[in-house]
Amino acid sequence: MKCAILATALVLGSIALALDGQAGIHDPSTIALCNGKFYTYGTGGGSLVSDDGWTWRRGTTLPRRGLAPDVIHIGDRYYIYVAANIGAQPKAAVNMIWSKTLDPDSPDYKWEEGGVVASSDGVEDSNAIDPGVFLDPNDDRLWLVYGSYFGYIRLVELDPKTGKRKDPNDKPRDLAINCEASDMIYHDGWYYLLATHGSCCRGADSGYNIRMGRAKKVTGPFLDQEGIGMIQGGGKLFVGSGGRVIGPGHFGLLDLGDGVQKFSMHWEADLDRGGASVLDIRPLLWKDGWPVAGENLNPGTYEIESVRTGTALELKVEGMPVGGLRARGGRGGGPAGHGGGRGGAAAPGAPAPGVSPTGGPPAGSGPGGGAPIPPQDGADVSKNWPTGQIDVRMANYMCQAQQKWTIAAAPNAGGYPGSPYFKITIAGTGRALAATADAELVVLPAFTGGPEQLWRIEQLPDGAWRITPKSVPNSRQPVALSAVGSSFATLSKFDPTSDKQGWLIKIP
Amino acid sequence: MTIHPQSFAFLLAIGAVAAAQVAPVTLMRPTTLDKAPAPDGFIQRWLVLEPIPANGLTDSAVQAIVKKEYFSNQFTLIPHDGDKVTVGDTQLTWHAEDTKLYNLNLYHFAHALDKPTTNVLFWAFTLVNCPREMRDVRLAIGSNAASVWWVNGQEVIGIYGDRQTVIDDGVSKRLTLKKGQNIIRAVIVNGGGATDFCARFLDQDDKPLKGYTVSLGVAGK
Repeated sequence: MKCAILATALVLGSIALALDGQAGIHDPSTIALCNGKFYTYGTGGGSLVSDDGWTWRRGTTLPRRGLAPDVIHIGDRYYIYVAANIGAQPKAAVNMIWSKTLDPDSPDYKWEEGGVVASSDGVEDSNAIDPGVFLDPNDDRLWLVYGSYFGYIRLVELDPKTGKRKDPNDKPRDLAINCEASDMIYHDGWYYLLATHGSCCRGADSGYNIRMGRAKKVTGPFLDQEGIGMIQGGGKLFVGSGGRVIGPGHFGLLDLGDGVQKFSMHWEADLDRGGASVLDIRPLLWKDGWPVAGENLNPGTYEIESVRTGTALELKVEGMPVGGLRARGGRGGGPAGHGGGRGGAAAPGAPAPGVSPTGGPPAGSGPGGGAPIPPQDGADVSKNWPTGQIDVRMANYMCQAQQKWTIAAAPNAGGYPGSPYFKITIAGTGRALAATADAELVVLPAFTGGPEQLWRIEQLPDGAWRITPKSVPNSRQPVALSAVGSSFATLSKFDPTSDKQGWLIKIP
Repeated sequence: MTIHPQSFAFLLAIGAVAAAQVAPVTLMRPTTLDKAPAPDGFIQRWLVLEPIPANGLTDSAVQAIVKKEYFSNQFTLIPHDGDKVTVGDTQLTWHAEDTKLYNLNLYHFAHALDKPTTNVLFWAFTLVNCPREMRDVRLAIGSNAASVWWVNGQEVIGIYGDRQTVIDDGVSKRLTLKKGQNIIRAVIVNGGGATDFCARFLDQDDKPLKGYTVSLGVAGK
């Protein structure tokens, strides 16, 4: 089932929305959250900051500038690991600095030097740059991976109380080769090493791509899906170039809780931004024990179908069959008037009560026969709908106008990590889905921009989508669109163990 | 051809068994005053009125059907087992029924009374007794075919079209069951074929609601 969901989820179009604002950065760190703001740091010490994870702006430069920093929050400290070449590559060192906050406006904003935690002497098979820091959730041991193409990706243990090297005399372990910008995550019994293969820093000519292997122990061996060790250059592709963006690199995990995970990276070249290197945030999905790069939702017109019930969200109005009412005919392709109808209200082949003989194409046109029936036009059909607010319900999807939703970025409404808030309207109309004060659903006559009309739509680990209103009037409890019944949807507290709040967003 | 007497007796026995299988018994007359919902929350005790002719399953047709007055005080009446109402020229009887199943099979109900099941509607009624106020609960129903439901006089669910009974198909918005007696009424409209319904309450976590009983005021006729 989950594989099916993933497959469905990934057929969405390829024109993703790029992060808003000043998203230019190279070699971004993992994104850290501090006092409600998102921070990431890049090569050269520059940083980006965002209030919502969607719109980014330039932040404060770190006191220690260098290559490809990484950041982690442990206890009351933020540790940043940043590398610098010492002369020519591959002689380099990874330094640690720490602060109690990432917010430059805080009185606690003060960086302390923590010293070198890893280095390469210029001769050994290592280039001590591109640090990636990882706190093992199983035992709270802290680890650092680092390295670039001059040899191995290496692993050393750090002290989570100080951020410093736990035992400077402990020999680094070799984990992978022929890659850089590595990072590690843990999921369901496996450690995953994600590293960037290919060449960087050449704009649209950069071959950067993120690959991965997994191991049962943090020390490896990390094997790809073919069983080839990353120590021999193996690596299953996690994300490569596509659409209008080229050269993904520098994976970083962004765990939003409730089982919702995302990842950050940069594209070496965003063709829609002059080929600039830019930050991106995408959903992190899981399939068959491997992470999968998900998609942020692209604007479009969709069916919204419940994973739990298989029924689709619709405006509560009386639907009209596509092509108009027609008599109930026989099963199969034979003429309706001669078919073997299965009883019920209308006799087989007989005109349905109140149906115009010209209300639709002939019922028994035969296999493959007849003229194409055009799709219903929401703008036209909606003239027969009541004005004012209308309830929402669910029903079997039958390609009808009240079942098609246009999802579009809401202008100047902010967003959340990776995406803007969306407005959701019945296609061809301005009628907008909204949350009510009692955490139910309604469709308003028009979108007016209120927070109860703004929707956060993001992929869950299985590829289904979670749909949550920005806010519910008079409530601070976060809720998500929930299929409590086959024919009824509501808003309720998100339960990651249930299918009730998983939705398929399908091209109608 | 000669039929052995023992073979003849055997055939008679088979015939008797076949006859017994014609009408499954899923409904019983209540024998207690109160009844708790089933472990999975389904309400198994109802008063059902003998069927009334009705035709139409679309949203608008069913809404028109349920807005029509069939008998006096149909939205305020507290019926009892054996009570009779007059619909047109016909006198119809309310029957108290306990169902053995999660659903109440209206086809069995009507068939046992030799009443029609095609193009008819059924009124269903029950009393929910709550020891305390229960907030943010939902009525959750399934029906074959369309149905409209009221709780304490408020219409809370309408599902339409030619459909089969699915557990938790139609679900109400959050509602409050008051302490004491609460009234559920429903109209189930059937076009043809099988007809039944099921109903339960869900709590704030969408789990079957417990801690209440249903009654019909009297224990049988």
